[in-house]
Amino acid sequence: MRENKLLQTPSQTVGPYFAYGLTSQQYRYDHAQVADGNLIKDNNNHGECITIKGQVLDGEGNFIPDAMIEIWQANAEGNYNVCDFKGFGRQGTGTDKNGYFIFETVKPGSVNEAAPHINVIVFMRGLLSHVYTRIYFSDEAAANQKDEVLRSVDEKRRATLIAKRSEKNGVEYIFNIRMQGENETVFFDV
Amino acid sequence: MNEYQKVDRTTQLTDQRRSKANTEKITIMNKRDWSVHPPYLFPDYKSTVLRAPTKPLIPLKHTLSELTGPVYGHDMIGKYDNDLTKNAIKNGEPLGERIIVAGKVTDENGRPVRDTLIEVWQANAAGRYIHKVDQHNAPLDPNFLGAGRCLTDNEGNYKFYTIKPGAYPWGNHSNAWRPNHIHFSLFGNHITSRLVTQMYFPGDPLLQYDPVFLGVPEKGRKLLISEFKLDLTEDSFALGYEFNIVLRGKNETPFETK
Ligand SMILES: [Fe+3]
Repeated sequence: MRENKLLQTPSQTVGPYFAYGLTSQQYRYDHAQVADGNLIKDNNNHGECITIKGQVLDGEGNFIPDAMIEIWQANAEGNYNVCDFKGFGRQGTGTDKNGYFIFETVKPGSVNEAAPHINVIVFMRGLLSHVYTRIYFSDEAAANQKDEVLRSVDEKRRATLIAKRSEKNGVEYIFNIRMQGENETVFFDV
Repeated sequence: MNEYQKVDRTTQLTDQRRSKANTEKITIMNKRDWSVHPPYLFPDYKSTVLRAPTKPLIPLKHTLSELTGPVYGHDMIGKYDNDLTKNAIKNGEPLGERIIVAGKVTDENGRPVRDTLIEVWQANAAGRYIHKVDQHNAPLDPNFLGAGRCLTDNEGNYKFYTIKPGAYPWGNHSNAWRPNHIHFSLFGNHITSRLVTQMYFPGDPLLQYDPVFLGVPEKGRKLLISEFKLDLTEDSFALGYEFNIVLRGKNETPFETK
């Protein structure tokens, strides 16, 4: 079936020293960066402003302080790439003392009948190829029930993809990424 | 209309009209080719042991979420962003061997991928990163940051000026040294074609001992080694190395529907 002429260039780990190249301002290096953890700063914020917070955990349950998380999402109306909402964020886990990544964004709307979700790409030292996952929302139970991607995941593992909503200080969702272990996060072959 | 918008349209069209057509071309991005990409678990590279996912990846049919991605314009690239020999000058030129690293970004069908954002970072000539965590006892260069970026042009071409990075020791095993390398991050047209990789130099004797490089299946390894090119080399100025990069492309096999 494959008719392609060229081989894909292989992936390599992002290594321990990506911070000044890819997330330079977050880590206070004197170099511009193309994205950060705040996706809403320039807009007039249609939709609900939310915070997404989490740790990346290794096989022993320790948080990983040198991971990089990228998110890609639709706006509140479910559209990608609209001019007033870029929809892309990038955060390293090395500037919070407990390894949290924090995104300030708007809750995405549903796209083509899929449940609202955020696409996530994870990089770190020790990961030779990046992994893809998705963030779904705990307050979208009905939509999650019908979502084709969620339904393709073993029911016991689905919870790893659902961020828990709390309203204690603004609207905050907790989404931890477990690389291994009993509650290993579902990663997709994207 | 640029390439990625076309792809989005095709996808939407396909979803809506699949039942109406007998045969039509639909856009499917190729999956990652695991015969060239490194596996998650590669025990010789010790950090993989506690970080590699242990369960198989769950197949995901591409939707608009996977067939879109952030768009970057030339307005966000500064004048010296692709010239690491100039973008951090404080009081003079950075030390070391000046080099040119250039190449073409294409998809698997050989089509250029224009407007690909390429971000690079690397050690200085002495093998030291400016990163605060780097404890290697080698000098920092006050005139070298080691980070830059550029966008590919309409033919998919890019070009950086930099200093050849030095080898550096790391703690993976005793007497472990990373070969000379430059880290690359690429954003093609979709999040599916996202790539982070490392470029190596021809003839480096450390490659045969480096578990990061050796994590790549043998078939893929030579794709990570740049090639010395005399015609890229600038007379009396800098040696030229060519590094072409292939991102995941579309599988355009005609698709039969009932
Ligand atoms: Fe490195």
